[in-house]
Amino acid sequence: MALPIHASIGEHIWHYCFIAICVSVFFFLIFPILIIFPLSFNQQPYFSFTAEMLRLQPDAYTTKWYQEFFTSLNWQGAVKNSFIIAFFSTIISTFLGTLAALGLSRPDFPFKTTIMGLLISPMVVPLIISAAGMFFFYSRIGLQGTHVGVILAHSALATPFVVIVVTATLSGFDHSLTRAAASLGSPPTHTFFHVTVPLIIPGVISGALFAFITSFDEVVVVLFVGSYNQRTIPWQMFSGIREQISPTIMAVATILITMSVILLILLELLRRRNERLRGITPH
Amino acid sequence: MAIAEATNEVITTADGVPLKVSLKKALWQRKKTALLLVAPLFLFVMITFLIPIFDMLLRSVDNSIVSEQFPSVVVEIRNWELNSTELPDEATFQALFKDFKAGAIEKTISRLGRRLNYEQSGMSSLFRKTARKIKKLETPESATETMIGLDKKWGKLDIWRLIKRESGKYTSSYYLSAVDAEKTSDGSYSMKDEDRRVYMTLFWRTIRLSTTITLLTIILGYPIAYLMATVKTKTSNMLIILVLLPFWTSLLVRTSAWIALLQKEGVINDILVAIGVLSDDGRLAMIHNETGTIIAMTHILLPFMILPLFSVMKTIPPSWVRAARSMGATPFTAFMRVYLPNTIAGIGAGGILVFILAIGYYITPALVGGTKGTLISNFIAHHISSSLNWGLAAALGAILLALVLILYILYDKVVGISNMRLG
Repeated sequence: MALPIHASIGEHIWHYCFIAICVSVFFFLIFPILIIFPLSFNQQPYFSFTAEMLRLQPDAYTTKWYQEFFTSLNWQGAVKNSFIIAFFSTIISTFLGTLAALGLSRPDFPFKTTIMGLLISPMVVPLIISAAGMFFFYSRIGLQGTHVGVILAHSALATPFVVIVVTATLSGFDHSLTRAAASLGSPPTHTFFHVTVPLIIPGVISGALFAFITSFDEVVVVLFVGSYNQRTIPWQMFSGIREQISPTIMAVATILITMSVILLILLELLRRRNERLRGITPH
Repeated sequence: MAIAEATNEVITTADGVPLKVSLKKALWQRKKTALLLVAPLFLFVMITFLIPIFDMLLRSVDNSIVSEQFPSVVVEIRNWELNSTELPDEATFQALFKDFKAGAIEKTISRLGRRLNYEQSGMSSLFRKTARKIKKLETPESATETMIGLDKKWGKLDIWRLIKRESGKYTSSYYLSAVDAEKTSDGSYSMKDEDRRVYMTLFWRTIRLSTTITLLTIILGYPIAYLMATVKTKTSNMLIILVLLPFWTSLLVRTSAWIALLQKEGVINDILVAIGVLSDDGRLAMIHNETGTIIAMTHILLPFMILPLFSVMKTIPPSWVRAARSMGATPFTAFMRVYLPNTIAGIGAGGILVFILAIGYYITPALVGGTKGTLISNFIAHHISSSLNWGLAAALGAILLALVLILYILYDKVVGISNMRLG
C-alpha cells in the first residue's frame, strides 16, 4: 500500500483520503460492538450514557446487570437450554455432515450437484421460511414446543456448514495416502481411523464449531419451533429487547462477544494447523 | 470365423468372472458405499427440513377446510351456476342446514367462517350468528326460508358465489391476496384498489431496501477489501480479524448495539446535541423506520460482502495495474479498465449473497424497523403468530422462496455452489 517515491501530490491526497475512508468504515464495523462494553456497566436501566458516566464517576458504574444475568431464572434457564440444544445439534450435524462429506468427495459420486444442492438448502432458504415450514410441520407431529423439535431443527440448519467445511478439507486430501495404506495391507477401517481421520480432524472440528455457533446464535427458528421452555439466550434477548429494555442484555452481549473472540482465536489456530498439515501432503 | 472367435474370448479374473463384469461390480460397490455415506444425512434433511417446506407449499393452496365443514353443500352446489341470477335450490339449502348444524354442535364451523372471512369481510360474524341460533332448530320444511330467516345474508347471491368459488379442494385465493389481486363475483381477476394493495407495496419495499443495502455494502466493502488485499500479509491478517469479529458476534448483540446508538436518547443523538448540531428537541428519528433497518442491516451484512471481494482481489497481481500505468494510463483509467473488471466476479458473488440474505431478513427489521421499515418476513411472521392466516403466510413464503431460489441459481452460475467457502 505504501506510495512510490514518485507519486504526485494528487496521488498523495487520494492516498490519505483512501486511508481515511477505510478507517471510517472499520470504525463503522467495530464501534457498535465496542459501545456495548461501557453500556453494560450503566447504573441507570437505560441503553444510553448518563452524564455521570461521561464524567467517569465510579458510582455511575455497576456490575448489577451481570449479577442479574447470573442469578435470574429466566437467563439461567436460557443459558442451560442454549448449551443443551447447541450441544446435541452439534453432535447430530457433525456426525451426519462428516459422513456425507466423506461420501460426496469420492470421485465417482453420482448426481453430485443435485444432492449437494439439496443438502445445502437449509443454509440458503431464508430462515423465516424454514421457521414457518418447520412450525407448521412440527406442530402437526407434536414436536413444536419440545427440546427434540428445536434440536432437530437446529441440526438441519447446521449440517450445510459441516458439509461445506469438511468437503473443503477433503478437497485437499491426497487419496494416494489411503491407497498407499491399502497397498501396505491396512484394512479399510484401520486406514480410515489411522490415516484419514487424523488428517481431516481439524476440518471436522471447525465444522463442529460452525454448527455450534449456528445453533447457539439462531433465533428465528427457535422463536417459532420452541416456546418459553426451550428459550435460548437469543430467544430471551429478543423478547427482552421487545418488552423491557434493560442493560442485562448489554451484559449478556458482552459475555457473548468475549465468547466469540475466544472461538475466533480457536478457529484461527485450527486453520493454521490445517494448513501446516496440508503443507506436508504433496499435491 | 476368426473374428467371431476373438470376440468370444473374454478376459477373465482369476476366479473366472469376466473382467468387465468384475470391474463394473467393483465400481458399483464404491458408488454404493458413497451413496450409503450420504444417505443418513439426506434422509435427515428430507424429514426435518425438505418435507416441512413442501408441506408449507401445499398449505398455501390447501382448501380442504371447506369440503370438511360443508361436505354436502359442496356436492349440491355443483348443480348451481356461478353466473346464475337465482339462489341455489332447496336441496342445497337443506345441505347447508345439515352441515351448518353439525358444525355448530361440534363447534368447528367458526373456523370455516374465519377462512371465508379472508375472502369477504362479514363472513365470520355471519357464521357466528347463524351458529348460535341453528343449534336449537329441527330440520325444517323449507330450509331456504329458515336460513334466510336466521340471517338475510343467506339470501344474497354473492355469499353463494363465494361458497361456490371456494368449494374446490385447492384454492388460488391465498396467492391472489399475496399479490393484492382478488376474484370478482363473476369469476374474473382484478387488482385490489390502490389503497388496499398491502403486499405489493411490501414486496416492493423489501426489494428496494435489499437493493439499497446491497449497494451500500458494495460501496463500503470495496475499499476495505482493496486495502486488505494490497497491504502486507501480517497487517491483512489483523484487518481480517476486525472484519470477522462483527461477523462472529451474535446478530442480536449487534442489533441491540444499534438500538443503543440510534434511538432518540441514544449515543449518536446525544453526541450531536452535545456538539450543538441538533437542539434537544430536534433529535433525529433514526430508528423504528427505514433508516434504522438500512443502517443496522448494512452493518450486519457488510462482512458477507468484504470476504468474497477480498478473496477475488487477492488473486489480482499488482503488476497488472502497474503495467497499465507504465503504458500511460492515468490511475483512474487503470482502475476502471484493468482492476475493476477483474473484481466484477467478487462484486457479483458478494452482491447476490448479501441480497439473498437481506431479502429474507426477519430479526433486525422486527426490532429496529418499526412499521415503516419492516420487510416481507415480518408479515409472514405476523400471519403465523398473530392473525393466524396460515394459508396467506404460506403463500407469501412461497413467493419469497421462489425469489430466493432464482437468485440462488444465479449465484451458482456466478460462483458455483461447490466453491462456497466459509471463514
